[in-house]
Amino acid sequence: MWRRSQKKSRAKGDKNMQVFQIVLFLFLIVCAISVSFSRNLLNSIIIFMSYSLIMSIIWILLESPDLAITEAAVGAGITSILFFVTLKKIHAIVAIDADKEDVVEKKGGTK
Amino acid sequence: MSRLLSEEEYRKTKAFKIKRWYRGEKDPYVGAVELKPQKPFTEDINTMKHRVRDEAILKRKIYDIEHNRKLQIFSKFYRAVSVLFVFTLIGILLYMVSYLPPVGNAANPDNNEVATKYIEDAMKDTGAVNIVTGMILDYRAFDTLGESNVLFIATCTVLILLRVDNRSKKEEEEANDRLYEPKNDIILQKVAFFLVPMIIIFGIYVILNGHLSPGGGFSGGAIIGSGLILYVNAFGFKKIERFFTQKTYKWICFAALLFYCLAKTYSFYCGAHHLETGIPLGTPGAILSSGLILPLNICVGMVVACTMYAFYAMFRKGGF
Repeated sequence: MWRRSQKKSRAKGDKNMQVFQIVLFLFLIVCAISVSFSRNLLNSIIIFMSYSLIMSIIWILLESPDLAITEAAVGAGITSILFFVTLKKIHAIVAIDADKEDVVEKKGGTK
Repeated sequence: MSRLLSEEEYRKTKAFKIKRWYRGEKDPYVGAVELKPQKPFTEDINTMKHRVRDEAILKRKIYDIEHNRKLQIFSKFYRAVSVLFVFTLIGILLYMVSYLPPVGNAANPDNNEVATKYIEDAMKDTGAVNIVTGMILDYRAFDTLGESNVLFIATCTVLILLRVDNRSKKEEEEANDRLYEPKNDIILQKVAFFLVPMIIIFGIYVILNGHLSPGGGFSGGAIIGSGLILYVNAFGFKKIERFFTQKTYKWICFAALLFYCLAKTYSFYCGAHHLETGIPLGTPGAILSSGLILPLNICVGMVVACTMYAFYAMFRKGGF
């Protein structure tokens, strides 16, 4: 499919699309590598989300819109939501702002 | 030309860090990755005595280490044999890989008449404009039945793992659930008020047009499921429990899977011979066309939507 679309775009003389595809592939590789190298777990989930989003655009360019819809809904949506909830369950996301607010509320209460 | 580095320079190099990590002097994850600090392991003296005595009894009486020659030989050869086994497995697999046909060869077995047959005859056979859906839900409908059952089994497994049965614990979980979140966030509620109907209608559209345009049961179901998740996030579990509880989930999944089974496995217990459904295929391009594909799409979509929401609810508070 990739080759076919490549040929088509070449036949049209449409080089912009090809450049776009190459840029997307580069983004994909960078995302895939940086997921495992990111030290903050929250950041790595967000990078993983963007990986899925880029992947869904690539699926459209590879002429399979069915997969693109599924990738966008499952990969970028539900999987990362489940990851977020899991991070909260294992107490890896602890909002600093919320803690401060709690302290402020307590202080206000004592006053 | 290599030169000897001074101690301070050597401490800055990667080699020093790798050596330190290899020796176990410093754990690179400590202080770098967010981890929940664990309590230091402390053991009561009585339990320690108990444990030591148990281990001694285990060694002496049950395994009889000094006199059990079989066990001695086994423990000696176990490591060697396991390493040998792994290398043999690697060798066999690599040897089998060498038998695979080369990539891109025109004579490969995957370049056969199947793809051509699908592309040429799919519309005539199934009545679906979208060939992919025709393949998934007509030619290969039995595989899709297995997939939806896998989703159901996955929910059952998550239920076993994460279900909170105790009532007091459940209340505690619910209180704990939104500890760090705004409870009735007005921005989220207003956005969800406009977005949730759109998302769910789009999901229904994707499911109903599965045989006409890209999409189908799985993607539409996932979209509806994410809409439900957004609804829960904005309005809380109390509001969604007015129309979606565990009972609803059970009945929807049960009915959808049962319908799918009855509709598609008949050919399986009739000797894997495709039988006519009797439903007319209709004109390709109309919503009510292509026979059984539309109801099967709806079934798959309902199972997927319910499963996605069930996963989320289970992760959030261990139950619906």
